Amino acid sequence: MTTTGLALASNACIYAAMVTLTLAMISFAVSFAAGRRRVAVAVAQEVPVAAGGTALLERMPTNDDSSTGRRSGNIAMSLTWLSFGLLLIGVVLRGIWAGRVPWGNMYEFSISSALGILAVFLFLSTRHDLRWLGLFITIPTLLTLGLAVTVLYTEAAQLVPALKSYWLIIHVSAAIICAGAFTLAAATAALSIVRSRAERRPGEVTGMMAKVPDAQRLQTLTYRTVAFSFPLWTFAVVAGAIWAENAWGRYWGWDPKETWAFITWVVFAAYLHARSTAGWRGDRAAWIAIIGWVSFLVNYFGVNIFVNSLHSYAGVG
Amino acid sequence: MTTSSVDAREQVPLPPMGAVGFARWSWRQLTSMRTALILLFLLAIASIPGSVLPQRGNDPIAVRNWIEDAPTMGPILDRLGFFEVYSSPWFSAVYLLLFISLVGCVIPRAAQHWRAMLALPPAPPRNLSRLAGTIEQTSGLDPQQVIDSAASVLRKQRWRVRVEEPAEAGSASGSSWVAAEKGYLRETGNLVFHLSLVLLLVAVAVGGLFGWKGNVIVREGRGFANTLTQYDAWGGGAFVNPATLPDFSFTLTDFRVDFERSGAQRGAPSFFEADVTYRTNVSAAEQTDVIEVNHPLEISGAKIFLVGHGYAPKFVVRDAAGKVVFDDEVPFLPQDGNFTSTGVVKAPDGTPQLGFRGLFLPTSALDDVRGPHSVFPAPDDPSVFLSAWQGDLGLDAGAPQSVYRLDTVAMTQLGLEALRPGDIWVLPNGSGSVTMTGFTRWASFQIARDPGKEFALVSAILAITGLMCSLFMRRRRVWVRATQAANGITVVQVAGLARKSTLDDLQSPSLEAELRDLANALRGPEIASSTVKEPK
Repeated sequence: MTTTGLALASNACIYAAMVTLTLAMISFAVSFAAGRRRVAVAVAQEVPVAAGGTALLERMPTNDDSSTGRRSGNIAMSLTWLSFGLLLIGVVLRGIWAGRVPWGNMYEFSISSALGILAVFLFLSTRHDLRWLGLFITIPTLLTLGLAVTVLYTEAAQLVPALKSYWLIIHVSAAIICAGAFTLAAATAALSIVRSRAERRPGEVTGMMAKVPDAQRLQTLTYRTVAFSFPLWTFAVVAGAIWAENAWGRYWGWDPKETWAFITWVVFAAYLHARSTAGWRGDRAAWIAIIGWVSFLVNYFGVNIFVNSLHSYAGVG
Repeated sequence: MTTSSVDAREQVPLPPMGAVGFARWSWRQLTSMRTALILLFLLAIASIPGSVLPQRGNDPIAVRNWIEDAPTMGPILDRLGFFEVYSSPWFSAVYLLLFISLVGCVIPRAAQHWRAMLALPPAPPRNLSRLAGTIEQTSGLDPQQVIDSAASVLRKQRWRVRVEEPAEAGSASGSSWVAAEKGYLRETGNLVFHLSLVLLLVAVAVGGLFGWKGNVIVREGRGFANTLTQYDAWGGGAFVNPATLPDFSFTLTDFRVDFERSGAQRGAPSFFEADVTYRTNVSAAEQTDVIEVNHPLEISGAKIFLVGHGYAPKFVVRDAAGKVVFDDEVPFLPQDGNFTSTGVVKAPDGTPQLGFRGLFLPTSALDDVRGPHSVFPAPDDPSVFLSAWQGDLGLDAGAPQSVYRLDTVAMTQLGLEALRPGDIWVLPNGSGSVTMTGFTRWASFQIARDPGKEFALVSAILAITGLMCSLFMRRRRVWVRATQAANGITVVQVAGLARKSTLDDLQSPSLEAELRDLANALRGPEIASSTVKEPK
C-alpha cells in the first residue's frame, strides 16, 4: 500500500470506529433507559462458584427485568468490541504510515488514549458485567476521538529529535493505559455519587440509578481501578524522570507537564488515603478520584496546548 | 497511618492540658490520617502556581518580563515566592510537614508490624462454622495426619504456621488445629513505600547539596574547558567547590542539523547532533563522540547534554581610521521556531566606541506587520539587520553587562541596514564600517553532575515495589481443625478470614479458592466412600 493509501485507511478506520462507537453509545443508552422500574431481584446469592469465578457476589443489577434492555446491552457490547478492533487497526496503520510508534503528536496520543479507555473497559468487562457502565465510557471516548479528528488532526511526520528514544514507548504506553483507567475510575466515582444520593432518599432506588450497582459496589470498583493505575502512574512518572535525565540533564525540573503529573499523583495518593480515613470513604473519596482525573486532563490538554512546556509536542496550530 | 479509631478519640472533648499535653495533642493531630490528607491537598494546590507562572529556575528571562509587564502584582508575587514556588518557604513548609507527618505515622506502625510478624498466628475461634465460607468435610486421614499435612501444605505455600496438638491423646474433646497467616507483605510494602519517599527526598537533597549544573554556548570549531569562568551560567550546591571541578575539556568539531521541509511539522528539526573531541582530563588522550538529544556524553560523573543550537554571524568592524576593531563570530539567540535570532556586537576598541544590535534571519522575509523575520530555520537565504550605535558602551564603569544587551543610554544611533554574507556597510558620518563575512553555528550544552540521582532511582524503584505489595497483597488467616467423631470418622473444618483492614472488598474470591484447595488436599485416600455429610 502506498503511504497515502495507508493514511486514508488509517483515517477511515478511525472514522468507522467512531460510527460504531456512536451506535454502541446509543444502544447502551437504550439499554440503560429501558425498563426503568427494576424488579427487586435477590442477585447476591452466595453460591459457591467454580474456581476462578470472580463473578461471585457481583451483586450487579442484571438487566433481566427487560429483554429490550438486555438485548441492546449485548448489542452495545459487541459494537464496542468492533469499534475497539477498528480503532486498533487505525492506530496500527497510523504507526506504519509514520514508520514509528504512533505517539508523536497530540492527535496520535488522543486516538491511542481512546484505545486505552476502551481496552481497560473491555478487559474488565470480560470479568464483570459492565453493560451498565458502557454509556459512561463510550461518551468520553467519543469526545476524545471527536477532538482528535477535528481539532488535533495532524499529518504523520517524523519524530522531533527529543522524542527519538525507546523511553517514548515505555513512558507513553504507561500513560495511555492510565488515561483509560483514570477515566474508568472517574466514571464509576461519578456514578457512585449519584447513586448514593439516590440511596439516601427514602424508599427503594428507582429510575436510572436502579440500573447501576449500589454505591458501595461502585466505590469498590473505583478503588480497584485506582489501585491498579496508581502504581502504573508512579511508574510512568519515574520512567519520564529517567528519560528527562537522559535528554535534558535533570530527572525533575518542575516543567509544567511534570508539575501536573505530580499533582495528579498527589491527588490520587490523597484518594487512597481518603479510602482509609473515617468519614472520607464514600462520596468525598469519589470526588477526589474525579479531581484526579480532571488534573490528568489538565495535564493532557491544558499543558500541551496552552502552556509553553518542554513537553509541547502537540503539533497543533 | 494512624487508624480511624484515633480520629474518633479526637472527637471527645479534651480536658485542659499543659505544654506536654498540648505537644502530644499536636503530634497526634499532625500524624493523623486526616492531616495527611489535608497536607496532600495543600501540596497539590501549592504546586499549581508554578505551572502557570514562569519560574526563575527554568526561565529567568520570562520571569523578568512578567514582573516588568505587571508593575504592581509582579513585585508582590515575587516577594511571596511565586516565581520560585518549589523552593519557597510555604511550599517547603507543606512538604516538610507532610514528611514529618509521614515519619511520625510510619515509625510506630513499623514497630507494631515488627511485633505482629514475630507473634504467632492467633488460635482459631471456638466455633469455626460461624465464619463465612467455612468448609466442613470428612477425611480418610486421622486427625494427626490431617494436621500434619495441612501444616506442610501451608508451609510449602509460605504461610506462617502454628500447630496445636490435642491436649491429651484419645480425649473425646481433644481436637487439634493449625493456624496460619499470610500477607504480611502488604503492610511491609506500605511501610517500604512511605520510607522510600523519605529516601527520595534525601536523594533530592544530596543532589542539591553536592550537585552542580552549568550552561555553555560553544561555537563550531571552538573548545570548552570545564572551569567556572567558561560557563555562561553555573549553579552548584552548598558543598561543591567550584575550584575543583573535573578538568575535562571538549571541542565542537562539527554541528549538523536538518529540518522538516514539508508536512505538518515543517520547520521542526528532524535531527541535530554535535561531533566533539574530548579529553577526560588535561593529560588524557583525545577521544571523539557524537552528542545528540537523548544521547549525552558522560565524563567523570558529569553528563554533557545537547540542549539547543543557533547561528553565530561573523562580523568585521572597522573604525573611522579603517583599523579592524572587531573580528569574530557572535552567537545570536533564537527567538522563534524559525530562528529569527537576536544578538549584539560590541566594539569597545574604537574611539568613539561602536555597538550594533542585530537580527539574524536564516531565511529572510520582510513584511509590514512583523518587520524583518525568518520564515524557515535552515539558512536558505541568510541576512542580518543591524542598527549601529556610537558613543560609550558603558563597559568601563565596571558593572557586569550581558553580552546579549546593548546599553544605549550614552550612545547615538547611526542608522539601520540589512546585510547579506559578504556585504559591507559603510557607516554614516565616516564612523567606520561593518562587514558580515559569514556565519557559523553554535550548540548549547548543559553540563550537570547529580550524585543523588542513582540513589533517587533506587528509592523510586523501592517505592513502586512497596506500593504494589501494599495494594495487591492481602493479609489473611486460615484455620484447620480436625476432630475425631464418636464413630471414628475424622471431621475437618477449614476456615479463613481476609483482613478487611480499611479496604472494602466485599468478599475475597481468592481466599475462597485457597480454602477450597486446602480442603481438597486434606480429604485423604477414601474420599469416594466418605463424602457423607452427617457422620452417624
